[in-house]
Amino acid sequence: MKNDVQSEAYLRMLKIRGFEQAVTQLVTEGEVPGAVHTSIGQEAAIVGACMALNRDDYISGTHRSHGHPIGKGAELKPLMAEILGKVTGVCKGRGGSMHFTDKSVGSIGESAIVGGGIPIATGAALTAQVRKTGQVALTFFGDGASNEGVLAECLNMAAVWKLPVIFFCENNGYAAVTPARSSHGQPDVAKRGEGYGVPGVIVDGQDFDAVFKATEEAVARARRGEGPTLIEAKTYRFDEHCVGLFIKGGYRSAEEVNQFKNERDPVTLFRTALLDSGMSESALVEIEGEALKQIEEAVAFAKESAFPDPEEAFELIHANPIPIRR
Amino acid sequence: MSDTNTKRMTYLDALGLAQREELEGRDDTIIMGEDISLYAAGGAYGDIDASRVRSAPISECGFAGMAVGAAITGLRPIVDLTIANFIYLAADPIINQAARLRYMTGGQFKVPVTYRASMWHSQANAAQHSDRPYPMFMNIPGLKVVCPATPEDAKGLLKAAIRDDDPVIVFEDNDLWGKKGDVPLDTEFVVPIGKARTHREGSDVSIISVSGSLRHALKAADELAKDGINADVIDLRTLLPLDNEAILATLAKTGRVVIVDPAHRTMGAAAEIAAIIVEDGFDMLKKPVKRVVTPDVPIPFSPPMEAPLYPNPEKIAAAARELM
Repeated sequence: MKNDVQSEAYLRMLKIRGFEQAVTQLVTEGEVPGAVHTSIGQEAAIVGACMALNRDDYISGTHRSHGHPIGKGAELKPLMAEILGKVTGVCKGRGGSMHFTDKSVGSIGESAIVGGGIPIATGAALTAQVRKTGQVALTFFGDGASNEGVLAECLNMAAVWKLPVIFFCENNGYAAVTPARSSHGQPDVAKRGEGYGVPGVIVDGQDFDAVFKATEEAVARARRGEGPTLIEAKTYRFDEHCVGLFIKGGYRSAEEVNQFKNERDPVTLFRTALLDSGMSESALVEIEGEALKQIEEAVAFAKESAFPDPEEAFELIHANPIPIRR
Repeated sequence: MSDTNTKRMTYLDALGLAQREELEGRDDTIIMGEDISLYAAGGAYGDIDASRVRSAPISECGFAGMAVGAAITGLRPIVDLTIANFIYLAADPIINQAARLRYMTGGQFKVPVTYRASMWHSQANAAQHSDRPYPMFMNIPGLKVVCPATPEDAKGLLKAAIRDDDPVIVFEDNDLWGKKGDVPLDTEFVVPIGKARTHREGSDVSIISVSGSLRHALKAADELAKDGINADVIDLRTLLPLDNEAILATLAKTGRVVIVDPAHRTMGAAAEIAAIIVEDGFDMLKKPVKRVVTPDVPIPFSPPMEAPLYPNPEKIAAAARELM
């Protein structure tokens, strides 16, 4: 069983890495409308959290939205098509890169409003509690979002009502280009939980096993009806805030970036750990081949897909439609 | 169970009855808000399954957003924001999430959430408690906005809002909370969203009323009738979507229109109604459109300063006379 989880986790991490690389390539080819934010460097944090959840557990997330549904097991083709604004996209071309949502895997909305996904997941946890479904909800947010008031509000309400929700902070050290050290009164987001009666846990976000184990414990606690946990995964964003954004003068040193890329790459670290745990080189190569195949198929599917008819802009606004004037 | 009876009750009790019927009638309906289980506007619900009655901390943005998350995962939340000005604290989840989530996810979700906001103007509460913010929300595609003006419509529109699969904001006129009227007791009674109601037939001038202005409009119509001026009085009831057909139908009857709207003048509901009339009914107009609205000043505390700012029967009648 453990091997199955680890093989699947490795596949999902590779899918995120490969997806982001393919999207970056598509940006340079001029194929991608709008802004793109990649999760390269944060794969272990994302997949470690998602592997501790069931398919029908809920996740919400951020503008850095690609990794979360992929980590939750989403099919790549509709995601890649969404990036290109195609009619076959997972959101039918209405969301784009920052707003991946795939209900089929419990992904209920990535939000480009920083912190916007936090109350969404907390509310999904409320549904699970009221309907006694046993589901949990996990919300991904960044160190930047930890300074939004709505996090404080939701931590408090989740604690008061013992909601089955996990507040999962991917602390990559920078809110766009503002370092956490210059926007946080103390460096650990997890410590903020205690003030609201929510246990806070810090994990190495580059270490799949550490993240998985911490999230499993939080999920078990939530399913037992004991309430929320705040997990802070210390991680690192390898690329710029968004693809193509280069800040003159820099806000972080090339040395720091290179150190993370060379020594703290979560995919490389996990590969080594898998080999050490006895998985064969050939098994890993097979998984790597599978990830590559799925990404190539997704890119081909997205490129071949049609754009939506402009008239479709007037559809899917309401469940009970009202007249919309052209 | 069908019931053809009506009962005389206040606007506030009608809202409370609507909530109680919906909470008792289906187990996916929940209610959230400050003080809700003990001292709610329209009744307490301490006897209903406690997991569905949530007295929330003072965290409007948080619980308004949680309601969206609950709505897209299978519940039907009623969020009582109490005083309408507090809706600004909850504006982000209402606008950026509730109104758009269905669209932005390509229709993967419906968002059946109801927000209640009570407009406490004309009661010496000063500018931070006296707003009538519905025009701002008319500018948000994805929402529905209703403004009931009678106890019957308060029950019927709140029930329609709760049952609707889209986000609906119910703006209540707090001046009406204590006003009584006959309210249908049928638990299946709803007022359709998007339909205006004619309260008085006339052929000389149309008075198009928004929210609690209805009672002033009807008084003005009585005064005008003494002078032989017969007013056609309609209450729009829903502001998003507007009942364009009803607006143009009353215009066709009279060719003269007074729009009464307690919101501020600039970009108020009256502005959009006037635009519809000018765009689609210009040829039917015998005189320019008149607006009786609240001027663009923050609402002052002192009653002698506050009272004259709002539409009243005298202003409405005077505007109508100018058109004759």
